[in-house]
Amino acid sequence: MSTATREGVISGRLGDSPPRPDGIAKVQGSFAFSGDLSADGFLWGATLRSPHPYARILRIDVSRAWRIDGVATVITAEDVPGKPTYGLISSDQPVFATDVVRYVGEPIAAVAADHPETCRRALEAIVVEYEVLTPLTDPECAIDGSHPPIHPSGNVIRHQRIVRGDQSLVGEVVVEGTYEIGMQDQAFLGLEAALAMPDPGGTGVDLFVATQWLHEDRAQIAACLDLAPEKVRLTLGGVGGAFGAREDISLQVHACLLALRTSRPVRIAYSREESFLGHVHRHPATIWMRHHATSAGVIQRIEARMVFDGGAYASTSSAVLINGITHTQGPYKCLNATVDGYAVRTNNLPCGAMRGFGVVQACFAHEGQMDKLAAACGLDAVEIRLLNAMETGDTLITGQTIENVAPVADCIRLTAALPLPGTPVGGIDGDPLHLPGGAGLTADASHIRRGIGWGVAIKNLMYSESFDDYSTARCRLADGVASLKFATSEVGQGFVVLAQQIARSVLGVDDVVLEPIDTTIGSAGSTSASRQTWMSGGAVDGACRLVRERLFEHVGAQNDIDPVRLAIDGRDVVDTMGSLRVPVSTASAGLVWEETFEHHHRPTEELDENGQGNCHTAFAFVAHRAVVDVDPELGLVKVVQIATAQDVGVALNPMSVLGQIEGGIAQGLGLAVMEEIILTNGVVRNASFTDYLLPTMLDMPTVAATMIEQPDPMAPLGAKGVGEPPCISSTPAIVAAIRDAIGRDLTRVPVRPADICLP
Amino acid sequence: MIEAQRYVLHVNGQPHEVGDAWIGESLLYVLRERLGMLGSKGACEQGECGSCSVMVDGELVCSCLVLAASAVGQEVITIEGIAAIGSPTDVQRAFVECGAVQCGFCTPGLIMAAHALLERTPQPTDSEIREELSGNICRCTGYGRIIEAVQRVAAARTDPQ
Repeated sequence: MSTATREGVISGRLGDSPPRPDGIAKVQGSFAFSGDLSADGFLWGATLRSPHPYARILRIDVSRAWRIDGVATVITAEDVPGKPTYGLISSDQPVFATDVVRYVGEPIAAVAADHPETCRRALEAIVVEYEVLTPLTDPECAIDGSHPPIHPSGNVIRHQRIVRGDQSLVGEVVVEGTYEIGMQDQAFLGLEAALAMPDPGGTGVDLFVATQWLHEDRAQIAACLDLAPEKVRLTLGGVGGAFGAREDISLQVHACLLALRTSRPVRIAYSREESFLGHVHRHPATIWMRHHATSAGVIQRIEARMVFDGGAYASTSSAVLINGITHTQGPYKCLNATVDGYAVRTNNLPCGAMRGFGVVQACFAHEGQMDKLAAACGLDAVEIRLLNAMETGDTLITGQTIENVAPVADCIRLTAALPLPGTPVGGIDGDPLHLPGGAGLTADASHIRRGIGWGVAIKNLMYSESFDDYSTARCRLADGVASLKFATSEVGQGFVVLAQQIARSVLGVDDVVLEPIDTTIGSAGSTSASRQTWMSGGAVDGACRLVRERLFEHVGAQNDIDPVRLAIDGRDVVDTMGSLRVPVSTASAGLVWEETFEHHHRPTEELDENGQGNCHTAFAFVAHRAVVDVDPELGLVKVVQIATAQDVGVALNPMSVLGQIEGGIAQGLGLAVMEEIILTNGVVRNASFTDYLLPTMLDMPTVAATMIEQPDPMAPLGAKGVGEPPCISSTPAIVAAIRDAIGRDLTRVPVRPADICLP
Repeated sequence: MIEAQRYVLHVNGQPHEVGDAWIGESLLYVLRERLGMLGSKGACEQGECGSCSVMVDGELVCSCLVLAASAVGQEVITIEGIAAIGSPTDVQRAFVECGAVQCGFCTPGLIMAAHALLERTPQPTDSEIREELSGNICRCTGYGRIIEAVQRVAAARTDPQ
């Protein structure tokens, strides 16, 4: 809980909240998002998609499309020169379907033409004959083998158990429940878009694209194009949000293929409906949990079974599953566990990464269980959680020891210390806008009930199971100006401002130039898993420190001082044991130093057959308390306040951290009471912003937030990633508050009006 | 080839001739793709998200829902017409200073909506801000910093210290 005193004359150092370098361009509309990019003579690209969740393709006839004036090319699977499939973990997803389509929206063909309307007409002119097959939509049928394999790799993507400790222990108190999580969409605002520019002769391609991970995209694209990776050059197009949905390939290969085929620049820009079909979503999951505890409420053993519906293709399902099952216990001590987890293949929409990555699902279940346990033991929501709160040094059910700062009890206590909202039940001054449902929709204001609920979470940071998701950065100091180069995807989170803050702090400079974010430097890994502050922050910090060593060596040699005595103070190099003080700009005048640094986190292990192993890199913690008003007659919910205390390590940019906290809570609120992609027999029912509801300013409550600053010795800058925790336990806190208000055992998110008002 | 149309749009005080346009093109499409004004963003094509907000004859509208050809004879103001590049308005500056900008995709639309709100209601209450800006979806910020930015401008305009 410290707020460090910051001295020095440079503003915008670590701990400050300087304006982000892209801020003015973004508010003026001049920032170039990927969908804003164009080139002379470009063509529009568009994609033909399957209307069926599962069907055999009998015939594809593109001849009528070719005959439409303005159409430049039509391509199908036959036109993919390299690997016919791609995928983040296993390469199981076709660039274009050939014999079978496995989900509604699966790409079958693509066209390039002079106008979006020409593209639409061309897609309409393509004839595809299908033999419609019975889709596999129930994940249990994927597990029990009752449906034939829908993919050569089978219907189970991964099955993993965790077995630890006493397998027969029965607690004095036993509570169990089954919890369901619906399919959430990332719903970033900036739709998928890219510009592909072919080299003359088709020997290579430049792709400007909104993505979370340039280098991984490049590797997958190059394989499909049968080009050497260096012939596929990616530059980050401005990214309008990501939240996991830009980790997988969507339009990348199609855009490059169309450009190479036509020898012209090609733009693809998805519509919102296409975006819903064209990227992976949060896995729907069904989770059964049984907690065994002493009569005093101490957790002794947890049994669980988790089923994650991965949809038609694997994407990151196996990693999502591991995150889910390894977070079964939540941020609570537990010595004994029996967990069975499945990630399965169905003909539903493919699922993969979304903010929280498997832990959202586990947390909704374990927090529901904690409230049941509290009730069974005569404790309240805070008491049961404090009683079981995890600490540094505790061993997880995987056998891994928590080595990070683990202020779980602080998260809970400091959240509890935040004042409850002063607003009366039913809103302020009779203003109907504050009622559940807003103006004109509430049955009777006097019937509204208020509830309070809790959620607490643990979240792993960075990648797991032996993956080395390193990050690379280069720093150059020339004449007192630093410039930084990295391939870290700026998706809105503000890494660009953090990178400048790091360079200012380490090097004592004011001006930090950021070079284009592209593949001309080594990988930064993905902007996901709450990892870029730690990983790319570590890389930028490392590169800047190497340059600073060169600076100190130079100043030391010039003044006959051991460089180890030198330090940066404000804008100056100073001798900590003498009187020398020379401005960095003077010391570096006419000189150039450049250094590149790769930051790797410590190695992790794969889980063994019993789910044992040091599989995770690091952990962060958070608590949420929700206050809701519920209209029990119409089943409407108004979230009145969210209070939170989050373990951030160090708030390197407090305004950015607050932005992550508030933004993450909004997405957690969405999952709690609004957001779900609804599928009927594999067919999407609500692929639009009219039918898929997102929180607006009227839905979002005031957030009371405390940042817990206990620097983590394992983190390069002491700071933990802060992006995911806010959306994880805010959801169960809101649902617990609704349960508290109406006394009903809600086990599914999103909570729908009928779940509240119909028995 | 699709059927060509020709008309003149008045945008940010200037007449702009539009040629070879398909009659089905939205105002958003023509602003972006034919007039090169890329500040207005498209994110839903249904008037649900507000990213494409522009003023048409003084009314805040979703340009994705307006057929461009129907805006002939009307005065259109876009984000490009709010302030010259490099000379941001008080609202634009406040958005940056308060942390109301993350990915920035919703931002031009929100800037348009916030200007319209503050023109009409110079001292909006918290409820008025939330209601008036509830047609603009932001997926990154959770809105807290946006509300603060609008409040900061309202306060500064009253007391220009």
